[in-house]
Parts: sequence; structure tokens; C-alpha cells
Amino acid sequence: MTMTNAVTFRGVSRHFGPVRAVDAVDMEIREGEFFAMLGPSGSGKTTSLRLIAGFEQPTAGHIEIFGETAEGVPPYRRNVNTVFQNYALFPHLNVRDNVAFGLRVKGVPKAERMRAADEALALVELAGLGDRRAGMLSGGQRQRVALARALVNKPRVLLLDEPLGALDLKLREQMQEELRKLQRALGITFVFVTHDQDEALSMSDRVAVFAEGRIRQIGTPEEIYRRPATRFVADFVGSSNVIPADFAGAGPADRWASLRPEDIRPDPAGRNATITSRAFLGRVVRLGLHLEGQDLTAILPAADTIPMPGESLSIGWDTARVHVMEPDA
Amino acid sequence: MSAHASTTPAIFAPRAGILARSVDWVIRHPRMFVFLMVLPITLWLGIVYIGALIALLIQSFFSIDEFTGLVVREFTLKTYAELLRPVNLDIIVRTATMAAVVTVAAAIVAFPIAYYAARYAKGRWKALFYIGVMLPLWSSYLVKVYAWKLVLAKEGILTWVFAKLHLGWLLDAALALPVVGGNSLSVSYIGTFLVFLYVWLPFMVIPVQASLERVPGELLEAASDLGATPRQSFWLVLLPLAMPGVVAGSIFTFSLTLGDYIIPQIIGSSRLFIGQAVYAHQGTAGNIPLAAAFTVVPIVIMGVYLWAARKMGAFDAL
Repeated sequence: MTMTNAVTFRGVSRHFGPVRAVDAVDMEIREGEFFAMLGPSGSGKTTSLRLIAGFEQPTAGHIEIFGETAEGVPPYRRNVNTVFQNYALFPHLNVRDNVAFGLRVKGVPKAERMRAADEALALVELAGLGDRRAGMLSGGQRQRVALARALVNKPRVLLLDEPLGALDLKLREQMQEELRKLQRALGITFVFVTHDQDEALSMSDRVAVFAEGRIRQIGTPEEIYRRPATRFVADFVGSSNVIPADFAGAGPADRWASLRPEDIRPDPAGRNATITSRAFLGRVVRLGLHLEGQDLTAILPAADTIPMPGESLSIGWDTARVHVMEPDA
Repeated sequence: MSAHASTTPAIFAPRAGILARSVDWVIRHPRMFVFLMVLPITLWLGIVYIGALIALLIQSFFSIDEFTGLVVREFTLKTYAELLRPVNLDIIVRTATMAAVVTVAAAIVAFPIAYYAARYAKGRWKALFYIGVMLPLWSSYLVKVYAWKLVLAKEGILTWVFAKLHLGWLLDAALALPVVGGNSLSVSYIGTFLVFLYVWLPFMVIPVQASLERVPGELLEAASDLGATPRQSFWLVLLPLAMPGVVAGSIFTFSLTLGDYIIPQIIGSSRLFIGQAVYAHQGTAGNIPLAAAFTVVPIVIMGVYLWAARKMGAFDAL
């Protein structure tokens, strides 16, 4: 299959003095995919985004955008647009002029760019707000204006830098869904930076997990969730039990293994654990367990027979479902 | 029972002393407090400042008796009509032109300095910037102007530098220009302009720097991201957002040039500027009404300027 790469990183580094913000990163972002860069703050995900946008130049390595080298190409000559974390709307322009800015600097005639701006505003469901000042809008509306301002340029890659970080939970979930729909409808490559693992896993086609300037794993959300490559990934993506491989009965003592909470089950022939907490979640019950010095989380189908905190429960798991991870670099 | 009551502390304990009671009174009467705070400054502005201006305005509607030289205290527009006589109109046009040219030049010179200070200077360099900009303001204005007279004189260091660089012809060509030229820089309008520019430059740099400091770098990145070349980013984003600072600075440089009477007296051709005209008319000539009318001119010019700046959207980014 001949699939074009929208963005290719080959051994890309960006160092700021002694700080290795991005360190020898290799990745390929495919055309038309929703790609998330996930990691804690300072992990290099935002710097990687800025390298694609052209705000930063790599200290070493090579970046290609649609097969063309990006070296020395300034941001204004890249067919790539960014939705900034704080939206970065121009305060002296109204909403329509904000959206039309990219077309204006490219010399599109006024009538045409105004029409395109209104279309873009309609696309993000802000039709009719073109005459407002950017400062008069709510956070969610500003977010949409920023999106329209980027999309009106018909970029081949859209970069989104924690675009939902400033929104409240409900609006956030709504925007997650809308962004996903928009991406499918437009077929544009989205590169999405977030520190929220749920957001990354639920929205993306593929996820790159960053830590300390390096990529620890690239894969589909399922791969990241089921088979985290390293202990860091398992910890950061969360929800898995990270335990020594020999403790899990699945590998050597110097490795870590991940065991998903739903794979732990009551087993009369198993090991005796103490229940430390118990949360009823409807169809399932989440238990905190203490087993031979390890804390575990288990999710069991809700049943009358689940004991209360302080009592003990005999548990076990299928060692075939334990995933033994690579050591962290 | 009564013993119990006496040991229970009151929730609102009464406070003793004049100070404590007046503080309580202030807390209960916030509006009165604001009024008392604002009263002295209002009186000062109202009587000393606005009052003096009104007295000036009234004077400008009086006239002088040509024969006795006495002020006739009757309302007339005669004095204003006198402003329109060619000799007086020349003074106004000359001063306003100089003020405008100095302001534009100050904005052009100040912008890069302010931009560097706002975007790139950090810590020690920023302190150095403030000292560098402010230091000239701490020394006497007269000393600086006389120093410039020496710098600009025919035998001065500037002529010497030009000669050493074999650029003497350039200086001569500039001085040979009609109107703005002259025998030497110190007796030409070019000299007056240079000294005005030097003396008022800090008043432009500081407000422009302050306004540039408030422009988030992210906006310039956004402009670039949307395809704006550096030139377009400057004209479409940076300058409009810095405009309130430029206008604030131009109010200083423009009005200070309009009102100054020392610099054109020491440096430049002997032709009068508004400030000198005011000085001459209210002093030896004793023509207070005409001096007052001359003084009203910069006020009107500034009023029109601010109105036009507002109309053109210079304060939209505020």
C-alpha cells in the first residue's frame, strides 16, 4: 500500500542549551489520520508540534512534510495551520476578520475571503457571530473561531496544541466529538497535542506517548492500552496494574508487567488478597486489593458475594493475559 | 445568670478612640470615603489647572489697544484674526510641521529600540535599557541643548566626523537644501529637528515599549502560521496592537515640541516658534491676549489630533 506520510521525523532533536526538549525522535504521521501526541508537561510533545509548524528549527535530524524537506522553511510558507492553546485570536479584529486573516495575507479579494470566512464560521456553528469582537466571546466560542481561522486556509495538516485544555468538562466532551467528526468529514491530517490520556485514546487513530523528549510508544489506542511498551506508558496511560513480571507469574524478575483490572477474577484456588477499598459502579465493582505487598485494582461484575473492605478475597488471573513490558530506556 | 452574660464576648465589640471610630465610620460610608479621597485632587485640578486654562481662554478673547498698548477687556475675535496674519500663520505652520516631523521620526527611531527591549531584553539588559533611555532625562535640559549646539557647530565634532569619513560633501549637500539648510547644522532647521528628536525620544520609547510588552508573542506566531510574511505581521498585527503606545508617545513628542521655546532659540534659524512667540508677546510686548491666543493653538491642534486618532481606530486595541 502506498500511503503518503503527512509528516516524517527522522532523528529529530531540539535542544535548548542543556535541555533536550526533543531528543532523537522518529515518527511518521500518515495522511488523513488523527494523530495524538500524548505526554506529561515537558515531555516534548508541544515542541514537536512547533517543529512541524516551523516555530522551532531542529537542532539535529530531518523533518519532511508531504515528502518535502521542511528545513529552513518559515512558518508562513508551510501549508500547515495551528490552533493555539490560548487560541491567540487577534484582539483588534472582529471574528470574521480573524477568520479571514490567512486569506487576506495571501491576497484573496475581500468579497471572496469574507464569504469563505462566513462559510468557515458556519462549519464550526458560529454563523452570524462574524461582527463580534473576539474578546466578547466565551471560551468555547473562541475555540471554534480559532478552529475556523485555521481551517479556512485548507491546510494539509492541522496542528492542535491542547485545544480543549481551557474548556470545562461538558464542553470538552462535546468538542472532542465535534473535532473527530470534522476531521473525518474534511479528511485533513490532525495532529493533536494533549496530556489527557482519555482524550488521546478516545479521539485518535494513533497515539505517540512522549516522555523526556522521546517517544516511548506509537500505536493505536488499543495497542497502547492493551500492550503498553514500557512501565512509563502503562503508568501514564493509567488504569492498568503495573506489577513485577515474576509476581504476575509471567516473566523474569527484572521486567514489569501490566495486568488490566478486568482480568483479575475471584479464584478459590488463587492467592489471598485483602480488600482495601470498594466502589460500586453499577454493573461492576471496583476493588482496591492488597496482595503480598502489591496494591492492585480489580474490576469485578457486581454481585452480592463481593466482600467488604477489611475482609479477604481469593483472587487469580490468567497469566496469558499478563503483558510483560520492555524496560524503560 | 448575670455572671454568665457578662463573660460572653459581644460579637460586635464597641471600639474606643477617635481613629478607630472614624475607621468604622469610613467602612460604613464607602461613598463618602471615596468623595473625601478625591476632593483634594479635584480642587487642585479644578481651580489651579482648569481654572488657569479658563483664565487663559478668556484672555485670548480680549484685545490690545494699538495706541495705548493696554488690554481692552471686551469680548472680541480680533486677536484670533491676528493669528491668521501671514507672519503669525508662518509661526504656527512652522511649529506644527516641526512637531509632526519630530513625532514621526521619533516613532520610527523608537520602535526598533522599544521592540528589542520588549521582546528580547531580559534581566540585566532590560535594566540597562531603562537606564539608557531614562538617563538623559536626569541631566539638565539646558546642558544637553548647549552640548548639542557645540556638537552641531561648524567647528563641532559632527562636521569633523563627516570630514574624517570623507562624507563632508553629504553634510554640505544637506545644508545647501533650501529652507531646512543653513550655514551650519546649529543654525539650521535640521539642527533644531535633531535636538528635538534627541530630547523627546524617551517620551516615545517608554510608552511604545510598554504597549509592545503587552502584545503576546503567540499572536505573532499565529500571524506567521496563517501565512503572514514578517512585513505583513508588522503592518497587520504588531503595529495596530502597539498603536495606543505610539499615539501616547506621539502626544508627548508632539505637544512638547509645540510648546517648547528654548531649543529653537538656541539651535536653528532665528525664526520664531509658537513658544517663542508666546514668550515674546506676554513679556516685552505686553500683548497678553495674543500670547493667550497663541497658547490656545497647540491645545486645539492636540484636540483635533486626538479626535482624528480615535476616529482612525488608534485606540481600538485598548
